[in-house]
Amino acid sequence: MRFVAFLLTKLLVYVLIIVIGVTVVFLVPRLLPSGPVEALLARIMAGGGFMEPAQVESMRVSLTQTFGLEGTLWEQYRGFIERVLLAGDFGPSLAMFPTSVNVLIRQALPWTLGLLLTATIIAWILGNVIGVIAGYRKDKAFSKVLELIAVAVYPIPYYILALILIILLAYLWPVFPMSVHVRSAPLSLRFLATVVHNSFLPALSIIIVGVGWWVISMKALSSSVCEEDFVQFARLRRVSDGTIMTRYVARNAILPQITALALMIGGVFNGALITEIIFDYPGLGSLTYMAVMQSDYNLLMGTVTLSIVAVATATLVIDLLYPFFDPRIRYR
Amino acid sequence: MRGLRLRDAGVELRIGVALLLAIIILGLVVPAFAPEDPRRWNTVPRNLAPGGDYLLGTTSQGQDVFWLLALSVRNSLWVGFTVGVIATLFGAVVGMAAGYVGGLPDRVLTLLTDSFIVIPALPILILFSALLEGRASLLLVGCVLAVFNWPRPARQTRALVLSLREREFMRTAWFAGSNTLQIIRREIAPYLTGWFIANFVYTVLIAIATETGLAVIGLSNLQDTTLGGMIYWALRHQAILAERWYWIGPPTLVIIVLSVALFVVSSGLSKLSARRRGL
Repeated sequence: MRFVAFLLTKLLVYVLIIVIGVTVVFLVPRLLPSGPVEALLARIMAGGGFMEPAQVESMRVSLTQTFGLEGTLWEQYRGFIERVLLAGDFGPSLAMFPTSVNVLIRQALPWTLGLLLTATIIAWILGNVIGVIAGYRKDKAFSKVLELIAVAVYPIPYYILALILIILLAYLWPVFPMSVHVRSAPLSLRFLATVVHNSFLPALSIIIVGVGWWVISMKALSSSVCEEDFVQFARLRRVSDGTIMTRYVARNAILPQITALALMIGGVFNGALITEIIFDYPGLGSLTYMAVMQSDYNLLMGTVTLSIVAVATATLVIDLLYPFFDPRIRYR
Repeated sequence: MRGLRLRDAGVELRIGVALLLAIIILGLVVPAFAPEDPRRWNTVPRNLAPGGDYLLGTTSQGQDVFWLLALSVRNSLWVGFTVGVIATLFGAVVGMAAGYVGGLPDRVLTLLTDSFIVIPALPILILFSALLEGRASLLLVGCVLAVFNWPRPARQTRALVLSLREREFMRTAWFAGSNTLQIIRREIAPYLTGWFIANFVYTVLIAIATETGLAVIGLSNLQDTTLGGMIYWALRHQAILAERWYWIGPPTLVIIVLSVALFVVSSGLSKLSARRRGL
């Protein structure tokens, strides 16, 4: 009974968060002075096309209709919610008319997921292993050096690191390509190898920054677990160092890291967006960038809504699963 | 043992503060001595390597890299400062109100905070800048960044206030007849000052990093140069292919040093204030 009440509250909050988030995203572009219609008109005129004022006006009306921007804000909003949140249909892309937004997203999603999930999970495992070792032996010189490196690397923005990697590994010592040049092809071992080769630099920039953060947080967590009585007791019982480190310290310190991993996976889209743009990586980030540059509202709403749902879902799943990982926490 | 660790933390914090001060001086004091507006083209010979009359060389547009760098640092710091002030203050007010008042207002505010946290800020910012076509003033860019950066301080303030609320002295203040506003102002706020500053510094870091990101892809204010904008123009004019490291190198280096310094100062301060709170 208690669990049902807990579940219902969480679900209600989940739905509300998504609705509020999507509403904000819906409102922001519409509050701006210039919209996609004016942007497109300006682009057409800048292209050299001469039009009579009357033609411009009729063009404006037809564009407004095509973009679904006619009617009051409220009418637009109601139509939007009905179409998007209830039917999951984002409509046609305005920039690549008449391809539907759903199709574009379906093409880009595997790229982004492949890159970000792989990079984030590698960084998580690597960072936590290093973090536990550094936290367990926190007075040793090497763990201080490790933390120092982590502190010096983690705050660097992704794209600055990406830029440095491009200069070092694609220009000065050209091992990897400057930008990603694979588009979809039949699945084969060779194709996969090209994908890995092409995605290496963007992945590396995400991994380096990620590892920095996991080392810093895991070191703090595990060194505080080390102070606890049960670890002291295990030491007195002469349990081996390796066992203490893995079974006693890592196991207890890893819990908050699992939460953080889920949130990171939900939110990594945000941070990696510019990385994708810099490397011209054919994922959701570049798609979003294209949507923005072409004032493609539908496409933009599609990618952003997807990202909001991803973050909200990650939070919900963590809230629901946490008691399974940590028996000390009860549903309430 | 314990004293040693305290001193270690102190060294880190001191190095961070020193680096930060150096960059602040570069940004706030140095630009005042610029011989002319560093943004103007063809004020100096083009493509000169560092050394000689021009400390860090000159760009392919005929700008002096050193003065341009100083001006960029000033603008980046200015954006960071604006966002830091607005977001931290607003977040703190929301967090304190939610945590201290509790009940329905808390639920509503927490829901709002959580909703803003899941909104991916970058696409919205990119859209914003694209629609304004690089003409948004730095102040406007700062304000928009602030809209997406208040939830984190709000959430943390709320958590801190919730833990403070249960302490003995809060009840004492309540029984002594202080009202809600007085308690927030006199009992809670002073307790959090050190932590506020840490949070402020961290928000400045995020703001500068985000603005740099926007600028690197050419979507921040392109007239008033910032560190990211400088990198953008260097890339646009093929500084990498032409191997003009003295053009693209300095802003990249300053961004890295600035980020690391801000991070070290922020985490050092929050450790310090946690210790003072007896945690």
